[in-house]
Amino acid sequence: MNIDLYGFGPALAVGALMTVKLALCALCLGLVLGLLGALAKTSPYKPLQWLGGAYSTLVRGVPELLWVLLMYYGTVNLMSALGEAFGNPELALNPFAAGVIALGLCFGAYATEVFRGAILAIPKGHREAGVALGMSRVRIFTRLIMPQMWRIALPGLGNLFMILMKDTALVSVISLEEIMRQAQNAVLFSKLPFTFYLVAAFMYLGLTVLAMTGMHFLEKRADRGFVRTT
Amino acid sequence: MEWEVIFKWLPKFYQGAVLTLELVGIAVVLGLILAVPLGIARASKLWYVRALPYGYIFFFRGTPLLVQLFLVYYGLAQFDAVRESFMWPYLRNPFWCATATMTLHTTAYIAEILRGAIQAIPPGEIEAARALGMSRAKAMIYIILPRAARIGLPAYSNEVILMLKASSLASTVTLLELTGMTRTIIARNYLTVDMFFTAGVFYLVISFLLVQAFKQLERWMRVDACQGR
Repeated sequence: MNIDLYGFGPALAVGALMTVKLALCALCLGLVLGLLGALAKTSPYKPLQWLGGAYSTLVRGVPELLWVLLMYYGTVNLMSALGEAFGNPELALNPFAAGVIALGLCFGAYATEVFRGAILAIPKGHREAGVALGMSRVRIFTRLIMPQMWRIALPGLGNLFMILMKDTALVSVISLEEIMRQAQNAVLFSKLPFTFYLVAAFMYLGLTVLAMTGMHFLEKRADRGFVRTT
Repeated sequence: MEWEVIFKWLPKFYQGAVLTLELVGIAVVLGLILAVPLGIARASKLWYVRALPYGYIFFFRGTPLLVQLFLVYYGLAQFDAVRESFMWPYLRNPFWCATATMTLHTTAYIAEILRGAIQAIPPGEIEAARALGMSRAKAMIYIILPRAARIGLPAYSNEVILMLKASSLASTVTLLELTGMTRTIIARNYLTVDMFFTAGVFYLVISFLLVQAFKQLERWMRVDACQGR
């Protein structure tokens, strides 16, 4: 096989960078949404519980591709109305923003469940100890619950990140220039579909392996003090 | 919300939903059949038996379904040998490409579920079967597989729901399943949000029904009675 991929190697590398950027941005948004969702679901207030439940059920029940399409094509009217109000009628979501929002939304819905499980796994006594010490509720969450929650949630979040990484390929349908789109462009010119899609597949495989190694180190770090080194 | 327009297009949505169900149904049933030998091999103690299923599962779980779909639908045409073979009428057809890819994809996931289930069986139960004089094959058929089926069923129902959502990717290879049909309808009436909303409701209803069906199946197979505690 041609070593520089018929001149498309650099384009694919740029695509890989875009994929990583997209995945990381969606991860940040998804983590925030997931935390909020989990807090809502575990809160003592019924309306908040209901809201969190509705978010995770609705988003998880609809395909990711549909969210991507909806975020890109469905927000045109809304955004232009918003833009009109601020004197910029050409306002619209670009593919990157739409992709980040759609993927972040989906990641957040699954992360809600992971975080909820982690919050529930923390012994009740820890919270009570915080109350007994006179800590405020915010403080109990940030100082007692959150630091312990990460360790429990980490394996689940790692799995979700792996899924997110592969879902970034969906954003190619709204013409964001990531790996998949670059591969499609290359196929258009070279007429070698199998070669380039296989290259794309191995690039995703490489990214997955990278993410797996990263997760391994993070989990090892989070588990120090919990696992006995024999 | 333009309800009249939504009602007018409901038959088309229904058509799309039927195709979606066909894709998912074929994929998860065939996938389950293919996954049984693969999962058993993956749970083997011998490394040379484990290696091949491990590679297969690693590839199909590590790459996006979209890439796999394009690899089969657009990619295979690159080889003259494929285009001249007797398989070409099938491999040219987007429906068979989509079902084949989804089957291969879900097989990897189900095999991994099955491996987890086989390894979660308490070793004492397998030892008891062997102690009663059952051969390894007999223990596999009468003890290990029925037990693994019950342990793995909840995870399998998750996988079916995931495949339902993954089937929306078939719209990228020109199939008019629920998502593809929705995009076609939008191209006709430009009611983007309303039409995607309707499609979303369809997906929600289908996944709700599937979840209920699996709950019934779990009751019928008496999954909770087999937890053994």
